[in-house]
Amino acid sequence: MLRLPQFGVELPETVDAVVALLRDNPSARIVAGGTDILPNLKHRLDEPPKLISLAMVRELRTIELDASGEGSDLVIGAGMTLTEVSEHPLVREHFPSLAKAAGLVASPLIRNMGTIGGNLNLDTRCRYVNQTHFWRQALGGGCLKSEGNVCHVVPKGRNCVAAMSSDCVPVLISQGAVIEQVGTANEAGKRSVPAGEYFRADGLRHTVREDGELTVAIRLPLPSTPRRSAYAKWSVRQSIDFPLVSVALRFDLDQDSPHGVVQGLTVVAGVLGAKPRLVTKLDDALGKKLSDPALSRIVSERVHKQCKPLENVPFEAPYRRQMLAVYTRRAIEALTAD
Amino acid sequence: MAESLLSLRINGEAVSTAAPSHWTLLEVLRYRLDLIGSKQGCDKGDCGACTVQINGEPVLACLTLAATAQRGEVRTVEGLSWAPEASQGCHPLQDAFDRWDAAQCGFCTPGILMAAEALLRKRAAVVTRDEVREALAGNLCRCTGYTKIIDAVVDASEVVFGQRGDESTDDSAQQTGS
Ligand SMILES: Cc1cc2nc3c(=O)[nH]c(=O)nc-3n(C[C@H](O)[C@H](O)[C@H](O)COP(=O)(O)OP(=O)(O)OC[C@H]3O[C@@H](n4cnc5c(N)ncnc54)[C@H](O)[C@@H]3O)c2cc1C
Ligand code: SF4
Ligand code: FES
Ligand code: FES
Repeated sequence: MLRLPQFGVELPETVDAVVALLRDNPSARIVAGGTDILPNLKHRLDEPPKLISLAMVRELRTIELDASGEGSDLVIGAGMTLTEVSEHPLVREHFPSLAKAAGLVASPLIRNMGTIGGNLNLDTRCRYVNQTHFWRQALGGGCLKSEGNVCHVVPKGRNCVAAMSSDCVPVLISQGAVIEQVGTANEAGKRSVPAGEYFRADGLRHTVREDGELTVAIRLPLPSTPRRSAYAKWSVRQSIDFPLVSVALRFDLDQDSPHGVVQGLTVVAGVLGAKPRLVTKLDDALGKKLSDPALSRIVSERVHKQCKPLENVPFEAPYRRQMLAVYTRRAIEALTAD
Repeated sequence: MAESLLSLRINGEAVSTAAPSHWTLLEVLRYRLDLIGSKQGCDKGDCGACTVQINGEPVLACLTLAATAQRGEVRTVEGLSWAPEASQGCHPLQDAFDRWDAAQCGFCTPGILMAAEALLRKRAAVVTRDEVREALAGNLCRCTGYTKIIDAVVDASEVVFGQRGDESTDDSAQQTGS
């Protein structure tokens, strides 16, 4: 039995009420589906006096096309469950890699509860921290991210390198998503942050979210040119488990065909440190056909060279590094299947 | 410990009870309402033994705050046979689990039944083994090796939706279609 620490629960019904509660209770925490924060509280990684639940906030439970700007955007409310995101026809049509990633999170039961807003704001994970308090004591009293002052992954390290383990995040970054925040301490009381700028290389505070902020929606610009995208995840079992390595790929093509020529490409890897990694120096992949074996070779080589997993989640880092390259190559090959 | 009053709907009945505000739905079910069918296994989302339905969706009671469960209809394994429309006895899934020996120690069974019932209700047709595997991918069983569980769920769907000529077919279809 794992007991939660004592806290009060607030059940606001509007976004404004959530923002007011966050302002008045600086040490309160948001709970959406609860599938990340409740295990962490059961493990005593935090003991907030109050949880602000989003369960009753209907405004966050929408998904719609918005054509009011320059192009059209798909706007996904932060309270949509991962099941809803993965099964939604608009997501499947325009952002198949997001539907795939959302559908690969944990298990069907957890996807019925967990939200996309919670997946975006998922805490970083580490084999030394996502354990019971008792377990951590046996290790000599925790680490920087719990009750200790050392790091077991990088001895002598002063910076926590716990892993960004969300399945959706690499995809959201690769698709140019924008995070809509409210409750911001600026004049407008809100801001839009590109997903690529939302994360920081610090496992203790790995997003730029301000304490008073709530994510209300994720805005995804619809593709204006042919695009093929993929998400690949390797985990111990095919269900329930967090990714050991993950990569999101996006190829912008001159035509939607396996022989389409690559005009732009974005590759984002997760489960390294606290910040997802944008793979760079991919210029020599441009101009190649999607079906060209040289393309998958170049991209998986760059991924292997630039992405260095750490000993922060299960399985040895060098093995995970190899598997990341393997999964990248296979994902590209699968994109040329028809 | 500060207790707060909860107004829940469980297995079709309105239930009021006081419980500490930080308790999970699983704790309230087991330690306030004596509904001990839902099991407390890992208590952190890994095993599915605590699976109940809220508004027809299978979810984990160990990661649901009791306070937030007030928003919907909770259904536990007790409600599978207690539901008025199923008053003739056990649910076709329970019957199939019995016939196929799909429960050994039985600890995982209540959660699996609740996940499987949601699958049958949503598919409203005979299910494939792959569909069962996918729907039960969050429910661990340490005894059976899963084969008999899958056999039983497919069999139950055939009884309910298939051409089995089984006498109970029509009644069962109503039960699961509820
Ligand atoms: C057994 C198990 C396996 C799992 N496997 C995976 C996996 O494979 N892949 C994966 O990605 N995740 C996995 N998870 C983690 C989790 O289930 C998902 O990431 C889920 O999407 C979290 O969403 P939630 O709504 O439940 O978040 P919550 O737990 O409610 O919240 C998570 C964090 O985000 C904050 N938050 C939530 N909503 C908002 C918002 N709107 N604005 C600002 N902050 C917010 C909360 O304060 C909290 O810090 C797993 C969890 C379990 C228990
Ligand atoms: S990376 Fe180091 S400090 Fe961070 S959680 Fe792991 S052991 Fe703790
Ligand atoms: S007890 Fe809830 S998932 Fe294990
Ligand atoms: S029958 Fe024992 S755990 Fe499934």
